[in-house]
Amino acid sequence: MQLSPDEHIFWQYGFVKLNATIVFTWALMLVLAVGSKIITGKLATGLKRSRWQNLMEIVVVAMENQIAEVGLREPRRFLGFIGTLFLFVAIASLCTIIPGFKPPTGSLSTTVALALCVFVVVPLFGIEDQGLIGYFKSYLEPTVIMLPFNIIGEISRTLALSVRLFGNMMSGEMIIGILLTITPYIFPIVMTLLGLLTGMVQAYIFSVLATVYIAAAMGDQGLKQEPEAQQ
Amino acid sequence: MLIDWFTVIAQVVNFLILVWLMKRFLYAPILSAIDAREKRIAAELADAEAKQSEAQRERDEFKHKNEEFALQRKAMLSTATLEVQTERQRLLEEARKASEDLRAGQEEAMRTDFRNLGDEIMRRSRDEVFAIARKTLDDLATESLEEHMVEAFIRRCRAVGDVEKTALQAAFKTAAGPALVRSTFPLPAAQRKAIELATREVFAFEGQFQFETSPDLVSGITLSVNGYEVAWSIADYLLALKQNVGDLLSIQSPAEEQKELHPEDGANGHG
Repeated sequence: MQLSPDEHIFWQYGFVKLNATIVFTWALMLVLAVGSKIITGKLATGLKRSRWQNLMEIVVVAMENQIAEVGLREPRRFLGFIGTLFLFVAIASLCTIIPGFKPPTGSLSTTVALALCVFVVVPLFGIEDQGLIGYFKSYLEPTVIMLPFNIIGEISRTLALSVRLFGNMMSGEMIIGILLTITPYIFPIVMTLLGLLTGMVQAYIFSVLATVYIAAAMGDQGLKQEPEAQQ
Repeated sequence: MLIDWFTVIAQVVNFLILVWLMKRFLYAPILSAIDAREKRIAAELADAEAKQSEAQRERDEFKHKNEEFALQRKAMLSTATLEVQTERQRLLEEARKASEDLRAGQEEAMRTDFRNLGDEIMRRSRDEVFAIARKTLDDLATESLEEHMVEAFIRRCRAVGDVEKTALQAAFKTAAGPALVRSTFPLPAAQRKAIELATREVFAFEGQFQFETSPDLVSGITLSVNGYEVAWSIADYLLALKQNVGDLLSIQSPAEEQKELHPEDGANGHG
């Protein structure tokens, strides 16, 4: 049994390889990009609009509100990154109901890549908001002694972020695979439904945690109020 | 090894591309559409608010004009009412005046009719009385009526009171012209003589006499000189008759009738 879609390699040339993770990621990217293009190609600014436009508006506005609720003052500035994180993880989880589809988020390489993106973006936003010195000063708070712990916390939360998502997605796949061999008919379907719910929850958790990390890295100017959630 | 670093790098790149694609094709257009719609709704709301305030203003203006109109109407109505009342009063006054004039005219016409009737009655009565009297006198005596009238006139002259007599004597004495004797009929010479004698005797008149016939006299004889007059006439009796008739009809006052029948009595010597 393959633990990760990384192991399913279509083509390889030395270090460069084309595995299932990358291929399904491209497929997801294609679906998302083309779907968005089609829906937003004929947007109506009036009161009458299509169902798909309504759906997209609901999703986008909900993400914007969620970011604002966490405490960031300019949610649209972060919507591109955080919204894409959520959509990517959520759509990947939803697509598990397609037979033969392997969610890229079930690969530790993908979750690590996403966590690395968060790991890099958080200080970037922090530096953009507070300046280089201002941001790195936050590592010395409340005292200098806390510097190593802050650095460890930074790395560990990135690791936790990636492993949490990977574990949940991979375990869902694994459980369904195991159950298919034991009780092939009804129970895997129930577990698939549960997997869909778990996937949505994981997408929410991943994007909200990323938002919280960014909010924590922002100075007072970038925040609507004091951050409510702290890791 | 669960982590394939090439895949990690590839996924990082894929994710960054996906972020760009999503921004390009999803977030930007959707947010633009939402912003445009919000702006449009805000504009429509502002427009509606402006229209509402405009409507409110127009309503206030209309209300104000309506109130002004009501005031003007009230003022015009009161003016018109006053004018109508004045006109009504004037017309009523005119009608009342016209009615009074008409009534006065009718009364006057009635009085004239009555006067004419009275005159007619008097004339006929006079004629009848005269005829009866003449017939009676003719039947009772051999002398003519004229002789009796002359005798009656002479008796009247002799019966004048002292005060009047004195005044008449003074008048006859100072008379410049002849004494005028008027009678309804021509007097014979004997009777003229009798009148002259009686006059000279009673009033000590020395002047001449002038005899005239006057059909206006009602069967009588008058002697006038220097504004004074002595008369005997059946008119006196007719006057009494007319007065009685007038009293019977209760229309004209006796004084008025007296005035109408004897306008120059005030200047008479005998009353």
